[in-house]
Amino acid sequence: MIDMNLVIFTLIKIVIVFACVMLCVAYLTWIERKVIGHIQIRVGPMYAGWHGLLQPIADGIKLFFKEDIMPTKASKVLFVLAPMISIVPALMSFAVIPFGDTTTLFGLLKEPVPMRITELNIAILYIFALAGLGSYGVVFGGWSANNKYALMGALRGAAQMVSYELALTLSILGVVMISGSLNLVQIVEGQKEVWNVVYQPVAFVLYLICGTAELNRTPFDMPEAESELVAGFHADYSSMKFAMFFMAEYANMITIASLATTLFLGGWQGPFLPPLVWFMIKVFILVYFFIWLRATYPRVRYDQLMKFGWKVLVPIALANIIVTGVVMQFIK
Amino acid sequence: MIKPLIKGLIVTLRYFFSKPVTVHYPEEKVGSFPKYRGLHIIGRKPDGSIKCVACGLCEAICPAKAIKIEIGELEDGMRYPKTYILDGWRCIYCGLCQQACPVNAIVLTPEYENARYTREELILDRDTLLKRSDEVKL
Repeated sequence: MIDMNLVIFTLIKIVIVFACVMLCVAYLTWIERKVIGHIQIRVGPMYAGWHGLLQPIADGIKLFFKEDIMPTKASKVLFVLAPMISIVPALMSFAVIPFGDTTTLFGLLKEPVPMRITELNIAILYIFALAGLGSYGVVFGGWSANNKYALMGALRGAAQMVSYELALTLSILGVVMISGSLNLVQIVEGQKEVWNVVYQPVAFVLYLICGTAELNRTPFDMPEAESELVAGFHADYSSMKFAMFFMAEYANMITIASLATTLFLGGWQGPFLPPLVWFMIKVFILVYFFIWLRATYPRVRYDQLMKFGWKVLVPIALANIIVTGVVMQFIK
Repeated sequence: MIKPLIKGLIVTLRYFFSKPVTVHYPEEKVGSFPKYRGLHIIGRKPDGSIKCVACGLCEAICPAKAIKIEIGELEDGMRYPKTYILDGWRCIYCGLCQQACPVNAIVLTPEYENARYTREELILDRDTLLKRSDEVKL
């Protein structure tokens, strides 16, 4: 028997989270343009609304009404499928991220409600599985367009994601060892006294580096590489298909930032302010950090990228796991 | 290896908090220098009639052939331009007409906003140029 109330309740939660995430994704583009503008001593968007606040909406409308171009020699099915494969896993990750402990919506509800869509025992595995799926979007998109630049972008994207996902997963193993759980809620509750970033500073730095690479953002934006590959895997995409790739990138950015918050920065926990506000503050500090990186560093060369991934990040991540294990053994 | 990376981040952070240098052009204007060569005027004599004596020197010297003059003559023998067409699109704003003019009639002003919606708006005739001399401050 399915509890209909539970189903409806979950659906409502999904809709709310989806709407909030899409809003964040839209305004992340505005934040990014503003931050990069100010770093380059410009002002960024100013004319659509107050300080360009309506710019994401204008962009959305523009992209929606653009002509949807399909290259004649493209592999039609994969060409249409690729943006979807990108965006669906990006949005699905938010199913397990705990935004706060419980809420009664200022006393509107009788019982406190947990502020997450679902609590999964293997939430970390789930998120990394989805992140792995997301890279198929890049690969399919680049291959199906039948364009050499796009194919190059896709190949680079595939290689980069395989190598950096390894280091990314290894980097959080230390956190998992300390908290003894793959459940994000338990990991957050385990950080009541001390945040994990104090125990695992190396892992945190590794996570941020690999996260940037996983997001395909500068300085690791190999698959896109405007100056060498035109736009890489999405060179032939237009209209909403392009917008989907774009939204997927920004949604992934929020995912990586929220996961870092949850794993290393104590999730929703913090004094005085409500849990959700603390969560948002931490996530946006990390998002700002990603944008800041993009505005600061040039793109790394492809061979340097691979060398850095395999010869530096993976050994450090492995060493971190070993050291964590040894220290834990001694403390026990 | 880490140190220069952090140095770079500090540089960008400092620029993030500095004031943008952007000038919001249509609302704010930086203006032009006094010697800027912009759109022309033709001056008036103290009695209000046109300074130009239709000698044709500006027409002759204009490298872009932007000036066309038709010569007229008053009863007392004074020459005046019957028509004086200055094509603001053809003109290269070199200022040679101003240098050639023996009576300082044609003068280039520092006005630099010469974008117009239609072609006709920048093909200036005698009366427009005269009227501009009343409107534009030098």
